[in-house]
Amino acid sequence: MRSTFKKLSKFMVASIRDLAPIIAVILFFQLVIIQQPLPNVGQLFVGVIFVLLGLTFFIHGLEQGLFPIGESMAHAFAKKGSVFWLLTFAFSLGFGTTVAEPALIAVAAEAAKVAASGGMIEATEQAMADYATGLRFTVAFSVGLAIVLGVFRILKGWPIQWLIIGGYILVVIMTVFAPVEIIGIAYDSGGVTTSTITVPLVTALGVGLASSIKGRNPMIDGFGLIALASLTPMIFVMAYGMVML
Amino acid sequence: MMEMLSQILSTIITTVSDVVPIAVIIFGFQFAVIRKPIPNVGKVIAGFVWVLIGLSFFLIGLEWALFPLGKLMAGQLTDPAFIASMNDSVNAAAQVTKEAIVLSWQDYSWVYIFAFLIGLSTTIAEPSLIAVAIKANEVSGGAIGVWGLRIAVALGVAIGISLGCYRIVVGDPIHYYIIAGYVVVVIQTMFAPKLIIPLAYDSGGVTTSTVTVPLVAALGLGLAETVPGRSPLIDGFGLIAFASLFPIMSVMAYAQLSEWQAKKQMKKSGEA
Repeated sequence: MRSTFKKLSKFMVASIRDLAPIIAVILFFQLVIIQQPLPNVGQLFVGVIFVLLGLTFFIHGLEQGLFPIGESMAHAFAKKGSVFWLLTFAFSLGFGTTVAEPALIAVAAEAAKVAASGGMIEATEQAMADYATGLRFTVAFSVGLAIVLGVFRILKGWPIQWLIIGGYILVVIMTVFAPVEIIGIAYDSGGVTTSTITVPLVTALGVGLASSIKGRNPMIDGFGLIALASLTPMIFVMAYGMVML
Repeated sequence: MMEMLSQILSTIITTVSDVVPIAVIIFGFQFAVIRKPIPNVGKVIAGFVWVLIGLSFFLIGLEWALFPLGKLMAGQLTDPAFIASMNDSVNAAAQVTKEAIVLSWQDYSWVYIFAFLIGLSTTIAEPSLIAVAIKANEVSGGAIGVWGLRIAVALGVAIGISLGCYRIVVGDPIHYYIIAGYVVVVIQTMFAPKLIIPLAYDSGGVTTSTVTVPLVAALGLGLAETVPGRSPLIDGFGLIAFASLFPIMSVMAYAQLSEWQAKKQMKKSGEA
């Protein structure tokens, strides 16, 4: 109990340091440049305290729960030696964590609006909802695929840059053919799919796998899963835009 | 008060529904496929609960403090009246000629500065970046500093977002920038230390999550709405893409710089 408290207070100090720059930037702009009084100072203050507590608890839970479970599962899969189950797990993790991601739901709804205003689909609520759902599942599928590919790469020890550069080339080629309206959203969708809970888990999985397989370096082979998971959605969203014309 | 409570409740429900599928997958595979007890299962479950509570608090706090403020400031800074008031020359010219105020891209300088600073500071506080930095520090045996990585990534995001704002103001197509960025990344990949490459690629996706995305999206949409001739639907997007491309370059540059410095020092100590 005591050690938990000690750790929490240490994380708390770190969180204060992490948030100080944001507060400084906002105060500077509000007071010096915009020169208008802050609205709702009380609520703002409570909000900042909440952010502070939240960040502290999150980091604590990360070190106690997410990191250990990610690594222990990676070790267990490596020991078990079943590539099929490992890849199934990789896909489920990628798909499952992305399909319910709030940021993705928001972006998909926005994309449906763009498609409707561009005349690509009918401007009815039904058509837009269908388009958004289809897009969400497409992106979630692409993230699942990315994690599978990434895990497979760790097993094989391929250099990540070939996969990423190959992906870039594909993105560039598809940009030429994709509808203009979808390009901005497609590029953005790469960044939004990797949520705060997915990143630590997937990183722990990759590093754990690379360190339990002989001949793999956790630094060279363990990272790279997130990079793939933010590349494939761009390709798939553009493909979706082209197919759904 | 009631409104606050219902907001807290709905945030917790969202977070739980975010965590539940992950927990189901993890524990499902643990019991059905691995079939071994989890080491320290109590501690791990407690960790999940901490993550859940932490993320809920974090999101509620963002909702109350950072997002409304960020959106308000993005709106105020991109307001043409404000921009004109910061530029006396534009103002004077408009008064003399009695014409509508025509703004050029230089007049938005406060927007770029704000974009730079907000990108820098929000990235420093991004929880998933902290997670990756902790892991990278651990795996590299301390060679990659937690703060070194975080600052390198934050600088990349800051440069990316301010360049992205410039693009919205001038209205260039986004893919020219992104493709040029890819070319730079490919060239850097050839020369950067091999150990940093996967981490650099990862830091692109990591930077843009809970804190940065909503604030940056608000800035982009605000800018696209107020700059004449821009459509929020087409031009408002793309800032996140910039924010996930530039950290790749800055992290590789950081590694190249530290390698170069280490080499220089080695040479010096060799001579001495």
